[in-house]
Formats: sequence, structure tokens, C-alpha cells
Amino acid sequence: MSITAEPTVRPLPQVVATRVQVPRTTKRWIDWVTTTDHKKIGIMYMVTTFVFFFLGGIEALLMRVQLSEPSNTLLSAQHYNQLLTMHGTTMVFLFVVPVWAGFANYFVPLMIGARDMAFPRLNALSYWLLLAGGIVFYATLFWQPPEAGWWSYPPLSSIQYSPSGGQDAWIFLIHLTGISSLLGAINFYATIVNMRAPGMSWGRLPLFIWAILVYAILLIIALPPVAAAVTMLLTDRHFGTHFFDPTNHGSPVLWQHLFWFFGHPEVYIMVLPGFGMISEIIPVFSRKPLFGYKAVAASTAVIAFLATLVWAHHMFASPLPVVVLGFFMLSSFLIGVPTGVKIFNWLGTLWRGSLVMTTALYYCLGMISVFVMGGITGIFLATFPVDWQLNDTYFVVAHFHYTIFGGAVFPIIASLYYWFPKMTGRMLNERLGKISFWLVFIGFNATFLVQHALGLTGMPRRIVTYAPNLGWSTYNLISTIGSLILAAGFVVTIMNVAINYKRGRVAGADPWKGNTLEWFTTSPPPVNNFDVIPRVRSVEPMRDIRRQVERQTGATQKTGGSERFARA
Amino acid sequence: MPRPRRPPAAFLAVAVAASVIASLLLAPSAMANFITPKAGGSPNANQIASLYRIILYVAAVVFVIVEGTLAYSILKFRAKRGAVAAQIHGNTRLEIGWTVGAALILVVITVVTFVKLPSIINPPNSSAGIQLSAATTEPAPPNGKKVTICVQGRQFIWRYTYGNSCLSNSFSGKLPYSFTTMEVPVGETVILDIQANDVIHSWWIPSLGGKVDAVPGYTTYTWFKVLHAGTYRGQCAQLCGRGHAAMIAYVDAVSPSAYQAWLARQQQLIQTANAQVSQLRQILTANGNL
Repeated sequence: MSITAEPTVRPLPQVVATRVQVPRTTKRWIDWVTTTDHKKIGIMYMVTTFVFFFLGGIEALLMRVQLSEPSNTLLSAQHYNQLLTMHGTTMVFLFVVPVWAGFANYFVPLMIGARDMAFPRLNALSYWLLLAGGIVFYATLFWQPPEAGWWSYPPLSSIQYSPSGGQDAWIFLIHLTGISSLLGAINFYATIVNMRAPGMSWGRLPLFIWAILVYAILLIIALPPVAAAVTMLLTDRHFGTHFFDPTNHGSPVLWQHLFWFFGHPEVYIMVLPGFGMISEIIPVFSRKPLFGYKAVAASTAVIAFLATLVWAHHMFASPLPVVVLGFFMLSSFLIGVPTGVKIFNWLGTLWRGSLVMTTALYYCLGMISVFVMGGITGIFLATFPVDWQLNDTYFVVAHFHYTIFGGAVFPIIASLYYWFPKMTGRMLNERLGKISFWLVFIGFNATFLVQHALGLTGMPRRIVTYAPNLGWSTYNLISTIGSLILAAGFVVTIMNVAINYKRGRVAGADPWKGNTLEWFTTSPPPVNNFDVIPRVRSVEPMRDIRRQVERQTGATQKTGGSERFARA
Repeated sequence: MPRPRRPPAAFLAVAVAASVIASLLLAPSAMANFITPKAGGSPNANQIASLYRIILYVAAVVFVIVEGTLAYSILKFRAKRGAVAAQIHGNTRLEIGWTVGAALILVVITVVTFVKLPSIINPPNSSAGIQLSAATTEPAPPNGKKVTICVQGRQFIWRYTYGNSCLSNSFSGKLPYSFTTMEVPVGETVILDIQANDVIHSWWIPSLGGKVDAVPGYTTYTWFKVLHAGTYRGQCAQLCGRGHAAMIAYVDAVSPSAYQAWLARQQQLIQTANAQVSQLRQILTANGNL
């Protein structure tokens, strides 16, 4: 056994982590399959979920191409319904929720100064259950994929109207990914509560960690009801129960309540970690502390609380009394307040900063500009009489892509650009990154902005085709062209990763002048993460460390490999 | 150290503006009204559109302020040689200010909504002589005079039964019925009793008001009062299976007298057809073919 210290390019922020090189005795793939290292599990999560993102994207493109012209016969109604079901299910259950689990797996222990997750083997189980869920679901491609939409409203999802096993595969996907997320959530909660570095009180917790803590709590609250609901659906389908069967005193509306009691917190499960990342990346590249740390952290908790009280705004057209509609309108309005507070605080952070325009910051700024639009259309939809016109139309499709794509996918790509150097030790190419950003940003807006107009002119969602004389053709064509530009943007990022994974510039420990502890170790970090865990004295421990070194050495700290992102 | 290469300063703002403007310009000019919901057919649709427009004005102001601040910050506060970021940690007054400000905007929208609500859910008297709501109880105009039509959603067609007792007699009462195209009198308040026979459907004619789900096991209600004669198009808004896109509905609004005449003719056509079917059945049974 030889012990070697990993050399960093400029080791001045005293990174003390040594890599222990153990000669390999097993095959590389066995290492991956048997690993309990949070970093390796995190990488497996990310690779898996990005593969599903790619598949979900292909499904979306197929649908967009089908809709590019009226009366198109490229796809049959059956295939179209299968694609819309798979696209929605994939993006929610197999990409956005678990990709955050992937990032969190890698970075929660690093950011709180821990050496692994609280339950490393449980962590591995979470990953393998996710993969199993994805395989069960995608295996239906060889038989008959489900076609009742990602909400699977009964009676459409009942055995009578969806006899194929695809619907059952969907149920098992919810169960498997649900247990995976639940175990992951318990693990994150235990890790964050118990394993923080000395001095990291709740008021010094990085905001991404706050977000993951709340993400975990929301998952623990939201997943049991949907697990119950899909179990009831399963017994309705195969074991003679009638929970949702109106012909036997069951109620389809019961499903809607149970599903959306999960479904709306799910929205915040997807975007809160995104908000957390925005709150981490913007201060780093503004060279400024986050404006209103307490307000941002508190708003995360308030959003999570309110998120459990707004579910029926998905059901404004269902048979519900007006007083119920009024309650859910008000609770949905209320959730706009903490969300607005976050946006104002991000703007406050940019204000009078010194913005270092990296790709990661581009994606963060893109997120704010896009998410504002989604937040505002949310107010329209929360107003229930207006929702009677807009619900189930392309306006809603536009709205939730502005919120989920804006609030989650932009931050996911921002996190990828921000953390890639830490995970691989290599920099991504900034020029390719910016090209990718502009393609994604322009493609995104071209795809989804016109969809508001489609909804307002009467186009319902989930229709396989439409007649030529309805005034929808031009908007649909613009939207399809936009989706291709959007896809090109992602292809550029994939190329960027593929090219620079091995050949990118060496990053060094702290290429961005980061604020948090993950930068206080080598890139990529060694198995034990840190040799010495520093005492945390503020919400920006890495900055304190840099200052201390500056004081002691009298030298302005340069950062490994990328001075061009340092103070200009 | 080489000076960092920066993209053109105004790029972001220009791209935002360009994608907005391009989408708006490319939209067909005939479709003048693409930023507000369809309206014009019925008072409830008009009231929803007017409520929407009020929210739109407020939203536009918020949107411009937030996106403007963002664009200004990006252009103004880029890293420059010698620039030092202001180390501000926050400002409690500002936090309270924007929290309260956001809440006040929402209070205003809430008040406006509840002021508008009665005109959206309560049907008016018929102009010619007939009240209703998107609600779980059947609404009625103040004077109680109305035209009731039962709407049944099924895979993948809409069936309409005409007559005040249609809910209890939709199949047995020998009431006139029609498929896909609903015939209604202009100026009369029409109450719709909406049901589904198989899966969930959603009744929606954009110009005549908001959508109402047709849920098996439930009866939901809505109303409209068509202001101008003409044909209004809509389609099922809830995924109901492979024929979802084909589940189209038309509302054909004609004068009350033409409506009466149509009802009589439809009644007669149905009776004739029924008679022919029973005749055919007799023949087939007699021949041993049935």
C-alpha cells in the first residue's frame, strides 16, 4: 500500500486531504456495484437520471414533432398517450426528484463536513431501488407502456379501461422509486441533523443543505399517501376492491385528492433543491454574501408547509364546493409570497455585486428570468374562476414547464457546471457552456412561451392532433422548432461533458472561490473526504479559510486552474 | 493575465426581448386575442376574461419590475477591474417591505376575484324569458326560468338530452337528444347537468365559460347564456383515452323559435327512427335472423 498526497495545482487554500491509493484487487465494475461511498452512489444516481432525462427528452421531441402540423399522422393516438405518460412519469420520478438525490448524495456530506452519509448501505439500497423502478417502467416498451397520463386518473387507469400490464408497471415504478426516495430522505435527514462539522449551527447551514433537509421532510410527508393510493389502485385492478369505482360506491375524486396531496408537494420537492443551488451559486459569483440568509432559509420552510395545503388547486374543475375552491385559491396565493421573497433576495444578492459571468451563473440568471414567468402564471391558475378557462390546456403545460424546467432543470444544469470540477477534477469548457445556455434559453422560451397562447385560444393538453383551421398551427410549429433548439442546447452540454471529462483543464481544489466546505478538499475528493474537518464560524466557511490564509501569508489567494474567474 | 472575454453586454436582455417579440410577431395576425382567454359568447366567459385581464395588468407590472431589475443588475454589476462587491448581508426593512407588498397584491386579487365570482357562478335571468354555476349543486336564475340540458360524456362523444327532467329521464323519458352538436336558444339561460358514463371527461366550450369535469358517479353543473347566434366549438379537456382528441363539441345557438322547431323536428326524427328500428327488429325476429 502506498500513500500519496494528491498534488493540487495551487494548494494555497490549505486543502488537507490525502488520497489513499490502495492497489485494485477487484474489477472496476464490482467496485461500483458494491460501493457504499456516497460520492460513487451520487455519480451513479446522476448518470442514471441523466440517461432517463435523455429518454424523457426523446419522448417530448416525438410529441412535439407529431404536433408540429395539424392532422399529422406520425404517431397513433395510442402511441401518443403512451409517450405523454412516459414523458411525465420519467421526468418527475426518474429525473428531477432522483437527480437532486444524486447531487445531494455527493455534496451533502461534503458541504456539512462529513465523511459519508449516516447510513451508507441504506444509501446504496436507495439507488438500486431507483434503478429497479426505472427498469420495471421502461421494460414496458417491449410490451405495452401505460397510457393514462402521469396522474393515472381512474376510471381511465382501471382494469376496464387500461387492461394492459403497463399500468401495473407504472404502479410498481411509483412504489419502487417511492421507497427509494423515502429511504434516501430518511438518510439525508439523519445525516444533516447529526453529522454537521463542529460549529455548523442551523444558522450556518448552507442553503442547499436547508433545501435538501426540507426536500427530505416533504418526501417523508408526501410519499405515504401516494403509496397508499397506488396500492388501492392495484387492488382495484386485480383484487376486487372498489375504492375508485363509481359503479360500486367508490369515488374517482378520492384518487385525485390522494394523488395531488402527494403531487403538489412533489412540485416543491423538485424545485426547492433548485432554489437552494441558486442560493449557493449566486453569492459565489456575485462575490457577495447571500442577501437575507434567514429570510431565504425561512421561506424554504414556509413554502414546504404551504405546499401540503394547496393540492386541490389541481382539481378546480372537479366536483368540489365553492368554499373549498376558495380555500385552495387563498393557500395557493399565499405560497406566492415566500417564493417572491426568494426571488427578491436573489436580486438583492446580485445588486452591487461583482458578477463573474460563468456558465453556472448564466443558468442561475436564466432560471430567475424564466421562473418569474412561471410564478406569475401560477397566480392566474390559482384564481379558480380563471383556472376554469385555463386548466387542462396548453397554458398549464407552459406554466409548469416554466416552473419545473425553470425552477429545477436550469439549476440542475447550473449545478452540473458548478460542481463538475469538484466531481472530476476537470473544468468544463466555458464557451461551450455558454453556447449551450443560449440554445437552451432561447429554445425553451420559443417552445413554451407560445404554449400560453395555445391554451388561451382553446387547445387542450394531451391531444394527439388538431384540425388545421383552429389558429393553433403556427404556434405549434414555433413550439416544435423551439424544442429542437432546446434539445441542441443539451447536446452541446453532453458534448462538453464528454470532451472535458478526461481532457478538461485541471480544476484544482477551489476553482470558483467557493463558499462552502466541498471546496476544502481535493477534486475529486478522496474516499474519506477530509483529513481534518475545520471548525465552521460562518455560513461561508471556505471564505473564512481563504481570508485566514491571506492574513497569514499576505498573498491574495489565487485559485487552482482558473484565475480568469477570480476578481477581474 | 489575459482579459476575460465577455459576451456582448446587452445579450441577455436582447435575447429575452427577441424571443418574446418573435413569438408574438410570428403569431397569425388574425388571431388578435392570444393573451386573454376566449370570451364573447356568454356573460360568465366575459366575466372570467375580465377577471383575467385585471390579473394580467397587475402581473405585467410585477413581471417588468422583476425582469427589469434582473437585467439591470446583470448589465450594471458585472465584474470589472477594481470593482469590489458590496458586502451586504441583508436588510430587515426591505424583507418586510417586499413580503407585505407581495401579500397586498394578492389581497387585491382575492378581493377582485370574490367581487367577480357571483357573476361567474350565478346565472342571470334569461333575456327572453329563463340562473346557474360551475358548482356541485344545480344553480338557477333568480326567476327560476331556465333551459336544462343534460350533458353526458362517454368515450368518445358528447350526448345531450333536452328537457327539465333530463337528469332522471335521460334515456327513458323519450326526451329529444342529440350527439356532438348541442342546439340552444340565444338569450336564454341554459343550465347544463353534466355526467360521465365511463371515464372522466371535461366539458369545455371556451367562448361560453370555464370547463367542468364530467366525473362518473357525480353530477356537475354549469351554465351559459349565449349572446349571439352562431356555432361555438370546444372539446373534451380531460384525457379520456385514445379518442380524446376527437371528442369535439359544438354549441349551435339559434333563435328561441328556431330552437323550439328544432326540438320538435329532432323529437320526430328520433320517433321515426325508433319506429323503423322496431319494425326492422320485428321483421328480423319473424325471419329468425335475430
